[in-house]
Amino acid sequence: MEAYLDNAATTRCSEKAAQAVTEAMTVTYGNPSSMHRKGMEAERIVKDARETIAKTLRAKEKEIVFTSGGTESNNLAIFGAVQANRRAGRRILTSAIEHPAVRNPMKALQEQGYEVIFLPVDAQGVVSLKALEKEANAETALVSLMQVNNEIGTVEPIAEASKIIREKAAQAYFHVDAIQAYGKRILTPEKTGIDLLSVSGHKIHGPKGVGFLYIRERTKLIPQILGGGQQWGLRSGTENVPGIAGLAAAAEESCRGLAEKEGRMRTLRAQLITGLQTMEDILINGGQTDETASPYITSVSVSGVRSEVLLHALEEEGVYVSAGSACASNKPAVSETLKAIGLPEQYLSSTVRFSFSAQTTEEEIAHAVDAMQRIVPKLRKYTRK
Amino acid sequence: MSYQSFLIKYGEIGIKGKNRYLFEDALVDQIRFALKDVDGIFHVRKTDGRIFAEVEGAYDYDGAVEALSKVFGIVRFCPVKVTSDEGFEALSDAVCAHIEETYEKKDFTFKVETRRARKNYPKQSMEVNADLGERILETFPGTRVDVHTPEVRIHVEIRNEISIYSEEIEGPCGMPVGTSGKAMLLLSGGIDSPVAGYMTAKRGVQIEAVYFHAPPYTSDRAKQKVIDLAKIISVYTGPMKLYVVNFTDIQLAIYEHCPHDELTIIMRRFMMQIAEHFAKADDCLGLITGESIGQVASQTMQALFCTDDAATLPVYRPLIAFDKQDIVHLSEQIGTYETSILPYEDCCTIFVAKHPVTKPRLDRIVLSEQKLDGIVEPLVEKALSDVEIVEI
Repeated sequence: MEAYLDNAATTRCSEKAAQAVTEAMTVTYGNPSSMHRKGMEAERIVKDARETIAKTLRAKEKEIVFTSGGTESNNLAIFGAVQANRRAGRRILTSAIEHPAVRNPMKALQEQGYEVIFLPVDAQGVVSLKALEKEANAETALVSLMQVNNEIGTVEPIAEASKIIREKAAQAYFHVDAIQAYGKRILTPEKTGIDLLSVSGHKIHGPKGVGFLYIRERTKLIPQILGGGQQWGLRSGTENVPGIAGLAAAAEESCRGLAEKEGRMRTLRAQLITGLQTMEDILINGGQTDETASPYITSVSVSGVRSEVLLHALEEEGVYVSAGSACASNKPAVSETLKAIGLPEQYLSSTVRFSFSAQTTEEEIAHAVDAMQRIVPKLRKYTRK
Repeated sequence: MSYQSFLIKYGEIGIKGKNRYLFEDALVDQIRFALKDVDGIFHVRKTDGRIFAEVEGAYDYDGAVEALSKVFGIVRFCPVKVTSDEGFEALSDAVCAHIEETYEKKDFTFKVETRRARKNYPKQSMEVNADLGERILETFPGTRVDVHTPEVRIHVEIRNEISIYSEEIEGPCGMPVGTSGKAMLLLSGGIDSPVAGYMTAKRGVQIEAVYFHAPPYTSDRAKQKVIDLAKIISVYTGPMKLYVVNFTDIQLAIYEHCPHDELTIIMRRFMMQIAEHFAKADDCLGLITGESIGQVASQTMQALFCTDDAATLPVYRPLIAFDKQDIVHLSEQIGTYETSILPYEDCCTIFVAKHPVTKPRLDRIVLSEQKLDGIVEPLVEKALSDVEIVEI
């Protein structure tokens, strides 16, 4: 039996999305900018997709700009915002556990002379609102926080953060990396006071290589890719019509019945955690309450076992997960997130991530738990001496 | 006018007496194999004790040069222009055109070397040399004749058609693969073993390879990396069989029953035995490893002595006296380095003692191994029967 539990890495493309992609490649293959009928057909697809996606966020069509995926959305939001908001100042706030697609642009800005402050998180991975309150000021140009952490599934207090930002740093742009949240929780950026929100297609059963950035009306952004002026000049380049069509189909499907889905995921997560806790010396990382833990992501530390050995042993049982680190002999990579939550040394290279999607079943979880219970005691016998 | 053929020069195999034709035939085969994937139609043939790779129509010149420069046995090869015999005037024009195209600066010393295989050609070789030399001097006043140490030798070979060439490109030397028997290479994902395979193949030895993987301690990506390395060296060695042996259970048994500071040596001994099993089944005459004295704990003289004892076939270690830096340099030349250093994990470090023995004693190792009696045999049997063979 197979259990694909690496949905935070990527998901299987849905039938509908795949169909939409194929049709846009072979039937409505025109260039949306072409003046003839073929162009108009393609333009129609992009417009419809925009409408579909805007609805899922209660946003307006013109607030959606298509990109090549989550990383580009984050880059456009961060660089575009600080360049447009020079007048505010050169101070940027973000958290210590952001995805590299946010962390690395931040480091680049740091090198360019911006004052980037990495707000600390607590042991569950929740960003310190106190620190935000203390650091946010009139010179702050941008605050960037993730909605759901990709490694440990912590849900960040975005609404509370937004209030603080409006109070202490009214001129700052607020960017939210919602890549692990979209299609999983209800998001209302306008109401929440979010200016920019990044989404990726392939995390929600859409195709890879496509995503979008929500840009709240009247938010000025400096484009990062220049060319033919497509998408109001914010993102030049012929629109990825097949990708966009697939993204819209996936968005429509995954944003439906969010509450029901969330309940089902909570049951699955409880099943996984209960099953794993029958073993000794297991840590469940991230949020410990329903409010702070996304049911879609469960990070587990297993003492005395190297995460990638566990990963490959699970793979042999048909269970696919992610490792929190990789033990390459010449390039040991330790997760910044795990370090930031203060995970003890012996767990740092012993952490795996199980991540669910709407397609995940009870049987898959049972299979994964069974595999873990068989494998872990065996692997624990062999340690370097 | 573009090059229509390559003249292939070979050194060592020219002096192999009565077996000469065997070597030449092997070289012809290897050249055909190397040119197989190059865009163009090539005819490789032996004539007058030389090998020519002739081209029909348009072809990928750079690709052909790259392919030929990897065929063991080739010392040098020359891109040749071929022209039909339309009298001496036409020949002179062709030679001058060749110089015009080939040399940016026409200020070199040269010598014309004519070979007249067709004896009814109206001029004798010496005459052709002199007359062509004169024409060249007239056309390119910056050039000078130097018959002793010329910078450029302009070769003219007169058969039914006339060949003109003056450039020589270096081949890798060595001997054509397939002229020296077969050996089994113990191939890991590291830097050394691909180089060891390359060097042995260079002496004409056909190579098969065996790789030991240990899932879940090594990943499929690590295995794919070894397959990729085998593909890179197969450009030189020709097609090979890669035996992929699952070594996990044997490794775990050693870990459980033997002293930890001897793990690596005992593991190496089992690898030798298993490699030898496939080697013998494939008529190999030896094993090849990438070991070099003192590089790691398992490659001290004492450790090699213990490892060697596990094999009955000769174990060839072409890198035995090489420094790491030299091996790295070679692997860069061959093109395996970039792949070798890819960081796919090797969690086998679990099976490497923190303080391994550096001067193991064979009697002790054999004693430790006896603890596996009755346990390891079925595991070895299973590893042998479950082997996966990848055709490279």
